[in-house]
Parts: sequence; structure tokens; C-alpha cells
Amino acid sequence: MKYKDYYKIMGVDRDATQDEIKRAYRKLARKYHPDVSKEADAEARFKEVGEAYEVLKDPEKRAAYDQLGADWKAGQDFRPPPDWDAGFEFSGGGFTGGDASAFSDFFESLFGGRGMGGMGGTGGGMGGFRQARGGGFSARGEDHHAKILIDLEDAFEGATRSISLTAPSVDGEGHVRTRQRTLNVRIPKGVRPGQHIRLAGQGTAGLGGGSAGDLYLEVEFRPHPLYRVDGADLHLDLPLAPWEAALGAKVEVPTPKGAVDLTIPPNTAAGRKLRLKGRGLPGKNPGDLYATVRIETPPADTEDEKAAYRRFADQFEFDPRARLAARGTEAGR
Amino acid sequence: MSERRSRDTGTEITGFILEESTTLGLRELSSACAVQAEHIIELVEEGVIEPVSYRRRRWQFTGASLTRARRAVALQRDLGLNIQGAALVLDLVDELDRLRSRLRAIDPGS
Repeated sequence: MKYKDYYKIMGVDRDATQDEIKRAYRKLARKYHPDVSKEADAEARFKEVGEAYEVLKDPEKRAAYDQLGADWKAGQDFRPPPDWDAGFEFSGGGFTGGDASAFSDFFESLFGGRGMGGMGGTGGGMGGFRQARGGGFSARGEDHHAKILIDLEDAFEGATRSISLTAPSVDGEGHVRTRQRTLNVRIPKGVRPGQHIRLAGQGTAGLGGGSAGDLYLEVEFRPHPLYRVDGADLHLDLPLAPWEAALGAKVEVPTPKGAVDLTIPPNTAAGRKLRLKGRGLPGKNPGDLYATVRIETPPADTEDEKAAYRRFADQFEFDPRARLAARGTEAGR
Repeated sequence: MSERRSRDTGTEITGFILEESTTLGLRELSSACAVQAEHIIELVEEGVIEPVSYRRRRWQFTGASLTRARRAVALQRDLGLNIQGAALVLDLVDELDRLRSRLRAIDPGS
């Protein structure tokens, strides 16, 4: 088990006031909140910060943590000294920071099993519990949330994915333990980025006859080498030769369901978007595929190629910078 | 029931797209957000989420409301925001997501 330097994580001195700790937490929480932040490691950082705050905001836990001494280095192998917390009384004032189940082994070894009650404190809310008719206590299990990364093709064909989840469970003595489990999930066809797949009954088991919670998987797409996804629509860059763009052409365009022939109208300008209706993500309202025209100029390496470009230049009265020149003069006046 | 058995045996389970197939009642929604129903009612009153049907006792919410409500609750809890603050953050994050998605569609490097 590695020692965690909660002060370092929060970016505060060991003698910081409770107000300073709170300010540091709020700032970091805003920066790394998974619902706001796009930082790559936002979720992990947010949990780490939440754990540090859980300890430092509570004077009792902070004092107990401080008592370990200041000589420990982050990441150093750590074993709590026997009776390290003798003389401290934890009032169980609460694990309010949300997902206590996500806290580290380090946290668990110091504060685990205290003040958590029998319910493990996951999720932080009581909304899932209800009193059963006839006086007995029953509780619906917790819902779980996870992210799943899929390929674009999976959304077209549907696919089965094996996903590993680390789920907290509460043992007979009320301690929270993590347990690995694997699920084979059928990914429904037509799912879009940001949507959620709901797996009924795959959350935590209920208590006293309460129903199990659900598992929600938030879907993200792995970047695709050809297509970019915007809602249900797909975008593709379509390179054309100058003569194809100028004279018009019929070109083959890849789509996730197979290549199609696309007619390029004459005088197609670079940047123009050609729409292939219904070739985006499938579903009740299937998306479209947009091919954005790019014009590739062939290099002039051989004498023949250079001659071709010169003939080309002779045939056109074309100033690609006409607008720049006009504007430049206006501005100079 | 076959879904329950599949917990550890590795059989295949089929998921449903929450945003498209699911509607939830008030109790289900509050339970999925781990909050009291009153909290959800407040979110509706502030316009953070909207039920599909408005008859008081028969509120039905879409799956998209669940995502939004969960985010609002998490923001309130983690950042100490009130409901209006959380609502503003959600609107801004939605706008950012739209812009980022648009940007990626134009510029693959972004």
C-alpha cells in the first residue's frame, strides 16, 4: 500500500487553515469535476482530491492523519502502525464527499469501517431506500455508472463487449470491499456518443428483498481514422483532383456500410459539403454522412508535369488572391 | 430473470439505450439519482429537467432527464452549488459539448 500525501494532493501546506483547505478543494473540484472537465485524467484526479478533502476537512481525521508524521513521502510503502489511532474518537460525522467506495486502500486502512454504518456509504444518498409495507426494512440496491469505449462499427452492427467492472460490495462486518466482475454486454445498434446503455438489475443487489440497482454505461467512441461523429451525423474528408472538382466526376466514397458512388457536380469548390442522406449512424432518425471536399494538387516533378501546369496557367485569367488585393488597398487608403 | 443469473456466469446481457427506450417515473428517477423525490421536484420547478407528461401524479421522464438530473445532483453536492448554479453549469457544458463536437467535425486535429 502506498502512502498518500493529502496535503500535496490539495496543494496546501501542512499548517493550512480549514478555510484554506476548503478553498483549495473547491478550486480543484471545479477543475476536475467529471461532469465539467475534459482533462484526460479528470475522474481519477477528482476522486483523489475528494479523498484528500474527506480527511483534511474533518478535524478529527486530519489530526489522526497528521499524527502519522510529516516524514512520509507520497508513494512510499505504507503500513499503519498498530494502534495508530489510539486516543482518537471518530464521531462518524459522515462521508459526505460522494463515492466513498472509490477511496484508496490507504484511506480504507486508516478510516475504513468507521462511521460508515452497515451500508457502506456508497453513493451518499438515502433516496434508494424505502420502508417495506409491514414494517420490515428493504432497500433497493445502488445503481452503478461506468464508461464504455466502443468503435464506430459497433454502433452500426451492434457488438458484444466484455467489460470489467470494479464494484464495491459490503461484507458481513460492514466493510466495503471491491470486487472485480466481468459482464458480456450486447451493445445495441444505433447507439450514439454520450448516450447511456441501461442494464437493469446489474447494479448492487438489494437488501431485504429490495430489487437490485441498475448499471448504466456511458458510451464513448474511439476516434476513427476516417469518420468524425457529430451527434448522429458522420463527417468525412473527400480529397479530389482539381480536374474532378472543376469538370465534375463520379467518385467512390467509403461509408461504414460500404462504398457508394457520389456524383461531384462541376465547379465544386473546396470546403463544400456533400450530403449522403441516411448514411450516418443508424436509428429511428438515422444521421447523414457529410463529405467535405478537399482539393489536392498533384506535385509537378517531371518536365511533362511542369509543362502541363504552365499550359494550365496560360489558359486561365485567375487571381486566387483577388480579394486580398482589393481589401489591402481599401485598408491602405 | 436470466439477466440476474448472468452476473458472473458470463452469458450475454442486452442493454437498452436509455435516451431512446426508457421513461422513468418520479420514484425511479429519484432512486437512480440517490436523492429524495423532493429534490427531483425542485429540479423540475427550476426547469433543469422536464417531464414528458405534466400531470402531477404521473410525471414521466426520458432517459436524457436522468443523465441531466444526475449531473445536477453531482454538481450541487461536489461543488457546493445551488440548483440555479448547477443549471447554469449544465447549460454551459451542453453548449461546450456542442461546440467541441462541431469543431471535431471540421478539424480532425482538435
